[in-house]
Amino acid sequence: MEQLITLGIMVVKNIVVVCVLMGFVAYTTLLERKLLGRLQVRPGPNRVGPFGLLQPIADGVKSFFKEDIIPDEADKTLYVLAPGISLFAALSMFAVIPFGPTVELFGQQVKLVIADLDTGLLYLLALATLGEYGVVLGGWASGNKYGVLGALRAAAQMISYECALGLAVIGTIIIAGSINLSEIVNAQAGLWFVAKYPFGFIFYLVAGLAEINRTPFDMPESESELACGFNIEYSSMKFATFMIAEYAHMFTVAAIVTTLFLGGWMGPGPAYLGPLWFIIKVFAIIFFFIWERGTYPRARYDHIMHFGWKFLLPLTLLNVVVTAALVAMGVL
Amino acid sequence: MIGIGLGFKWFIFVVMALTAVGSSLMMVTRKNPIHSALWLIVTFFSVAVLYVTLNATFIAVAQVMVYAGAIMMLVLFVIMLIHLEWGAQWGRKKSFPKFIGGFITLILFVQILAGVYTYSDAGQHGIYTAQKLAEIGNTRAVGALLYGKYAFAFEVASILLLVGIVGAVLLARKRNEQER
Repeated sequence: MEQLITLGIMVVKNIVVVCVLMGFVAYTTLLERKLLGRLQVRPGPNRVGPFGLLQPIADGVKSFFKEDIIPDEADKTLYVLAPGISLFAALSMFAVIPFGPTVELFGQQVKLVIADLDTGLLYLLALATLGEYGVVLGGWASGNKYGVLGALRAAAQMISYECALGLAVIGTIIIAGSINLSEIVNAQAGLWFVAKYPFGFIFYLVAGLAEINRTPFDMPESESELACGFNIEYSSMKFATFMIAEYAHMFTVAAIVTTLFLGGWMGPGPAYLGPLWFIIKVFAIIFFFIWERGTYPRARYDHIMHFGWKFLLPLTLLNVVVTAALVAMGVL
Repeated sequence: MIGIGLGFKWFIFVVMALTAVGSSLMMVTRKNPIHSALWLIVTFFSVAVLYVTLNATFIAVAQVMVYAGAIMMLVLFVIMLIHLEWGAQWGRKKSFPKFIGGFITLILFVQILAGVYTYSDAGQHGIYTAQKLAEIGNTRAVGALLYGKYAFAFEVASILLLVGIVGAVLLARKRNEQER
């Protein structure tokens, strides 16, 4: 009986997280278009339903009924597989993110995380690289030169910024003394790591932007040079899957930043308000991502490589050394 | 319940072991190098799952992150960059290096078989049992061993990597001077 209850809790947690995430993803597309519109002094989509609220649904229905084209030149299997890989990686990353403390529901102790992995942070880094395979393979399998260029850029960018991304979180691990995400959140009980370790927060945000391919790092896509790069040949629901994966990945990065630096579920009020605080913080980060996209132009490709290897990487390395020294001296 | 758990573990082991062997076979038989690289990623993945069934989650995640993630991305990048896949229809002709390679593989396989049958750790308990690992945490155990008991070997390996990096820098520099 007890095992059945555990299993039931597990299933419910999975379904709730996926549904909530997908709902947020759908409405973040609208939020992004609305906010970008406001940043560019225009109203944004406002025709479908009140305030354009039905726009995501209309977009979804439209994607379903578009013609699905697979180019002759394409590597058929990989072409179909690529959007799936992207979505799989972005969704499964959410499995280890704690969105609340252990709370008591209906007489049961429920941990508000799907899988409380001992190696949670490493799991996130591992899956982040796998998600990029979707972009790289999608671009290559299209059999289009622009697609291949986009894929190459995605691969190069991922290799360059993954080092900085990994090094940026090492300071967090040193301070928290754990790579279990729940324990990292618990270690921020007194003071969030954004105050204790502000440089790591900034480095992670920058490298995270590169990881999810958003402006100023949207090299694989860059519509002005590559005509949409890796997804140039994709149409219909496959294109929509790429889009969903991109937004889900954006949510994941925002959730990781929240967990590692902004104190996760912590906030005033009783424990069951944890998920609410978590969502508020995630949306603050999402707002930053959109705001930043409306503010910055796309950087040039060689500038991005230069910045990644010659600026960000040495700085993050230095940051690790300094943080380790400060922790060893007992300052942090 | 333990019976079900064990059966499930056994099932996962069989599926993943077969996947690992099958995908490595696919890897060496594909004509397109990109497909080979992808099958290699599948192999790394299934081996990582095998690590998980052995309670070595840290090694498993590190395997996915380093090999399946970073290194294979680099391999894919290079294959795409030099367009190996366009002229990739290299023939299936039998060459001397291939013969030697096959021969060495066979010898290694026989050695592994001999090793498995003559010397076995099965049934012996080390100091890191599943309960102890769950208690102190997998990462902590690996870290304590790496920086404690095996610190010297670890440092030697890091110096080896440093030498490799210096060599790479030297190679890249030499080409630049020739261009000038």
